[in-house]
Amino acid sequence: MKQVIHRKLSKAVLHFGLILSLAFTTALSAQEGDAAKGKSLFNANCAACHKLNKKMTGPALANVEARLAEEGLDRTWIYAWVKNSSGVIKSGDAYANKIYNEYGGAAMTAFPQLSNADIDNILAYTAAPPKKAPVVDGTGNSAQQVQASSGSGISNEIILGALALLFMLLALGLYLVNKTLRRFATAQGIAIPEGEKRTPLWKAFVQNQFLMIVVAIFFLLSSAYFVYGFLSQIGVDQGYEPVQPIHYSHRIHAGDNGIDCKYCHSSARVSKHSGIPSLNVCMNCHKSIYEVAPETQQEGLGEYGVDYNAEIKKLYAAVGWDDAEQKYTGETQPVKWIRIHNLPDFAYFNHSQHVTVAGVECQKCHGPVEEMEVMYQHAPLTMGWCINCHRETNVAVKDNAYYEKIHDELSKKYGVENLTAAQMGGLECGKCHY
Amino acid sequence: MSSNKKYWKSVEELNENSSIVETLKQNEFVEEIPTDEFLGDKETLEATSTTRRDFLKYVGFTTAAASLAACEGPVKKSIPYVVQPTEIIPGVANYYATTIANGFDFASVLVKTREGRPIKIENNDLAATNGSANARVNASVLGLYDSLRVQGPTKGGAAISWNDFDRETSQALTNIAAANKEIVLLTQTFASPSTNRLVAEFSEKYGNVSHVQYDAVSESAALDAFQAKYGVRGLANYDFSEAMTIVSIGADFLGDWQGGGFDAVYAKHRIPDHGKMSRHIQFESNMTLSGANADKRVPLTPSEQKLALAKLYSLVVGGAVSGTLPEPIDAAVKQAAKALKKAGSKAVVLTGLQDVNAQTVVLEINEALKSKAFDPKTPILTRQGSDKAINQLVAKLKAGQVGAIIMSGVNPAYTLPNAADFLEGLKQTELSIAFSLKADETASQAQYIAAAPHYLESWGDVELKKGHYALTQPAIRPLFDTRQFQDALLKWTGSDTSYHDYIKGTWGDTILGESSFNKALHDGVFVGTLAEVIETEVTEDAIEEAPSGNAARALAGSATSNGAELTLYTKVGMGDGQQANNPWLQEFPDPITRTSWDNYLTVSKADAEALGLVNENVANGALNGSYAKVTVNGTSVTAPVIIQPGQAKGSFGLALGYGKTLGLKEEMQTGVNAYPLYQNFNSVQNVTVEAVSGVHEFACVQLQNTLMGRGDIVKETTLEIFNTKDKEYWNPIPKVSLDHEETPVTSPEVDLWNEFDRSIGHHFNLSIDLNACTGCGSCVIACHAENNVPVVGKSEIRRSRDMHWLRIDRYYSSEDSFEADDAKKDGFSGLTGDNGSLGGFGQLEDPADNPQVAFQPVMCQHCNHAPCETVCPVAATAHGRQGQNHMAYNRCVGTRYCANNCPYKVRRFNWFLYNGNDEFDYHMNDDLGRMVLNPDVVVRSRGVMEKCSMCIQKTQKTILDAKRDGRVIKDGEFQTACSAACSSGAMTFGDINDKDSKVAKLTQDKRMYHLLEHVGTKPNVMYQAKVRNTTEA
Repeated sequence: MKQVIHRKLSKAVLHFGLILSLAFTTALSAQEGDAAKGKSLFNANCAACHKLNKKMTGPALANVEARLAEEGLDRTWIYAWVKNSSGVIKSGDAYANKIYNEYGGAAMTAFPQLSNADIDNILAYTAAPPKKAPVVDGTGNSAQQVQASSGSGISNEIILGALALLFMLLALGLYLVNKTLRRFATAQGIAIPEGEKRTPLWKAFVQNQFLMIVVAIFFLLSSAYFVYGFLSQIGVDQGYEPVQPIHYSHRIHAGDNGIDCKYCHSSARVSKHSGIPSLNVCMNCHKSIYEVAPETQQEGLGEYGVDYNAEIKKLYAAVGWDDAEQKYTGETQPVKWIRIHNLPDFAYFNHSQHVTVAGVECQKCHGPVEEMEVMYQHAPLTMGWCINCHRETNVAVKDNAYYEKIHDELSKKYGVENLTAAQMGGLECGKCHY
Repeated sequence: MSSNKKYWKSVEELNENSSIVETLKQNEFVEEIPTDEFLGDKETLEATSTTRRDFLKYVGFTTAAASLAACEGPVKKSIPYVVQPTEIIPGVANYYATTIANGFDFASVLVKTREGRPIKIENNDLAATNGSANARVNASVLGLYDSLRVQGPTKGGAAISWNDFDRETSQALTNIAAANKEIVLLTQTFASPSTNRLVAEFSEKYGNVSHVQYDAVSESAALDAFQAKYGVRGLANYDFSEAMTIVSIGADFLGDWQGGGFDAVYAKHRIPDHGKMSRHIQFESNMTLSGANADKRVPLTPSEQKLALAKLYSLVVGGAVSGTLPEPIDAAVKQAAKALKKAGSKAVVLTGLQDVNAQTVVLEINEALKSKAFDPKTPILTRQGSDKAINQLVAKLKAGQVGAIIMSGVNPAYTLPNAADFLEGLKQTELSIAFSLKADETASQAQYIAAAPHYLESWGDVELKKGHYALTQPAIRPLFDTRQFQDALLKWTGSDTSYHDYIKGTWGDTILGESSFNKALHDGVFVGTLAEVIETEVTEDAIEEAPSGNAARALAGSATSNGAELTLYTKVGMGDGQQANNPWLQEFPDPITRTSWDNYLTVSKADAEALGLVNENVANGALNGSYAKVTVNGTSVTAPVIIQPGQAKGSFGLALGYGKTLGLKEEMQTGVNAYPLYQNFNSVQNVTVEAVSGVHEFACVQLQNTLMGRGDIVKETTLEIFNTKDKEYWNPIPKVSLDHEETPVTSPEVDLWNEFDRSIGHHFNLSIDLNACTGCGSCVIACHAENNVPVVGKSEIRRSRDMHWLRIDRYYSSEDSFEADDAKKDGFSGLTGDNGSLGGFGQLEDPADNPQVAFQPVMCQHCNHAPCETVCPVAATAHGRQGQNHMAYNRCVGTRYCANNCPYKVRRFNWFLYNGNDEFDYHMNDDLGRMVLNPDVVVRSRGVMEKCSMCIQKTQKTILDAKRDGRVIKDGEFQTACSAACSSGAMTFGDINDKDSKVAKLTQDKRMYHLLEHVGTKPNVMYQAKVRNTTEA
């Protein structure tokens, strides 16, 4: 049962990988020689299971032709193998069977659509891959951009500083002029007319009892306001964004890759907990995704200061996956995630009620998770926040036999067409506090 | 001018020459105030360099630091599985069927697990046999998380590895077998087909092996009698669904008699149906649950019981017996015989006398009656112990004839009356191994303690009755480095299979036939088709034989008494004492005496007066009692005394299972050990009782014993009146005066409030049938487990601070019946005089010598017009549309107005932080014990009021499940912890807006009434009035 699921998932992942690589190839392909054509073919067809320099689902393919030549196998054998590998295995070919068994009895997908010329191109690519010039170019550009933007930041500061200095100099100049003029005046015996001595404004203010009382009241009220504000935000951790032991980017997974929230947080459908996915769920994909695309890696390093590939390595260490040998070591180190959304114990919240029954989008409470590089608490999670939503949200009664009778009767009673959660009893203390 | 009036300061001044009064004349306090205790050591105090100013600075700084630190939330970690087991979803409970078989309790149950932790025991509805959990079984889940369990194998107190254990013990066993010395397996009754087979294999390998099964509380006499008559070592099975007349002579069959588990079926016929209900006559000396539930209870001493049984035999079966009974008892026996004969095959007779003759007589009477309730064909196999065998074993041990002894599930050093002899013999063995959960009295004396797993961590199988099998499966991986006895036997026999595979093998070979093991494991129970084959094997010879009456004559002959007689019994809450370290059970109030944390000598009022024994209530109401010394053949035990209404004159009662000293926390070392008095394994002993000095402090949760003629609290009537008179006569709705007209309190005109419309959605009601409730208390423990109710300890209980959300009130009548109480109260006229209320109420406070007893479970009544809600200054308690009275703990500020305004006294206040306070070191205070907590219910903090929530977490879960499935909820899906635990059907919970539901029909039942209905609180808990079948045959 389990295996079947894995296979399905890995299939899905392979498709996904295919699409991904296709996307890259279109961006990067250049109309050049054989190796370049071979590269695009390789990325489109082979990259899901093969890498040039690394064992994956299938063997590493760098210089594959040379290696096969050592085994005494020529290009025709390769054509046959690529177009119909299982046929070659069935024919009893010794090397074919050896490879077949070495990779756990998983036959390579047949590629009858590839022509011999295509295969030649691919082999050319595996023998001498073109230089990674375009990639370097791209990153160089982005690096320059980064520099430029940071440069402008610095210059702004300099300008501001220079302006401040200028104003200071001006003020000093004015003061000095003033001083000099006064000195001239005294020296020439000109009396500078002095203003009439009046009680200073602040003294008058202090002496006015009415004003003082008004001010005192104002002061007390405003401080009460701020104290109350301070006290009521205690324990409200909106925006809480702790550093997690593994830098997991929801932006990449939920946003860029569009993985459904409930694929990983599957218990949200049936349980009160949404559940932090166990590491075997990560491995459904990350068994084959052992590193991110170079662009993503650069983006991570540049924008977020994260080495995504190192983070995947952390996952492997935690789950006990030996990437080189492609097998589990059995030595696991459970990950101690830092919990972000902490409801107090006395408040009962059930994910399945909201997710499955009410059909509330995860984003409604958790915010734009698909844009979050680092997960943070979006909502205040205060009782007022819960209640507001209960007051505004209609109960999702469609096609739910449970609600039929009660909704009919209650909506008649309240004279509304659609009941809110509050009208359904969603504001009663005991619904959340027990 | 000053008068000569003397002002009393305390009752003590009444006592002449009171030392307290004398001291008080000299000093302000009787005892020195221990100032040193809170001031500390004077020397260190003077030597300290911290000045007062420094101290204040520190105080100021720490307060400021603490309050600043409190503003920052703690960082919480969440650690998911690396590989999540497919069957575990965090937040969703799993249920596993398993079976407890600890030698005393045998029951097929469901285990509720959350995130892999067993947190609650529930009844297994699929199990036809022993499918209901009693209070002890309900509490057994806490035993899993006992911090005092042995955590790995030990040798002479030092930890060793299982490998060393295997090597050393195998070597020793081989040597002993080579020397042809005897190897003894001393075990509890396993009643396990696989274990029996395994023991046989073990015997085969080692030769001179004997297997001695030992029940701490022996049923040997009944087993011997049954074996002699039917050839099978078992106990006759009784099917109370066929019994309309039940005569029990000293058999507490609603308690632990012959393994217990009869109450569920018994209760079926206690509910009047078409004008009929069973009639139950109980002859007994102690007041037991069975006696309390009986329609007619006759108190008599154990020797009189023997004679009564012999007479009953002669009246029902024939033959004459000699001896005379006191007149009223004799009349009762005659009436009982008449009732039995009239009922014929619908009648059954039981006895709890530990006497082979008595047991034989009962078998013969039931045979003669052709009782349908009496079933010797599927005997109960959960008791196998033989007194003779255990006595022989102790003799052999003492004589040094035993080479090795391997014990499992037994604690003879505590439970044997001649424990000293046993321990002496144990020291002479070459090898002694105890498989035990605890380093208890026996295990600590054995060479090796083989740490045994709890039953929730073990595999096992049981044959509860012939052909009725049950399986035990682990619900959690072993918490400690433990190994079960059977796995060890497998190792010793040189087998590599695990006990799990072994069971599977045995079942496949002999039990299952064509059925699937996984199905049996899923159900937890299996009724063999092979059973029928075995049935026919029971030879009918004995049955055909005309009863000789020899046994009855011998029984009558042995019915001589010299002086006082003691009946040793087991309490519903403690059993044989193996769960003594369970705080839930220690705090569980005994259904009869309502006393927790103790055992005691029950004494009749007359005997107490004669011996100078007293019970008195001190200033805060708590109960104190004298001590008495009980002596049997020179062995004495000093126990506190409780004066027990209904105790037969000249008889005494004392519970087994208390007074353990090893393997349990200091707080749980309560009571006195009565096993030394259990000589020859006879629960009846001739004793001498004398008062000794000292006063014992009891922790009793109910301090008033009678109803004081307030018949509207427990409404009661007789079957005759119930059948013939209108409801208005025996269950009237209280009336109040409205414009000088008597108006029923339920009518809207007399209501202060506007009724809220509750006809939409769910409206939960709980019905409690006082006829079906036997007072067993499993609901109390189930409530504890479900709702994280804290244990508060003896001294707090004594201060009336018990936290039970659900209590079972027990009332005695002051006259012969509750009816007479009511009549007496109604007859009061004036304040003084013969019929004056002043003296009259005083008399009504005293229970009668043989009172009627009524049980009444009381929890929050969830009043629709709740007095508690209106007085809460912070609106912490409010009403839900579904009828539940909500309690928002985080809103409560602890004014306790609500508790004061509650007419039912069901609200409980958290005086302390019970879950994080070293003073309350029960289970909520250690990491292990906390694992039993229900994660769906808050653990309440200090200063917060709490009470029954009508298990709102359960009703909400049921609703959510239905919403998720998009379906309508069926009747019976809604349950509370108590209604689910109630096997007798006394508690019915459901939605009264579902007009077809059982509970909606019960609201219309003519027995239905509300507690204190005249107050007008409109509760959502209703009671069904008690009907007693007083019709004499």
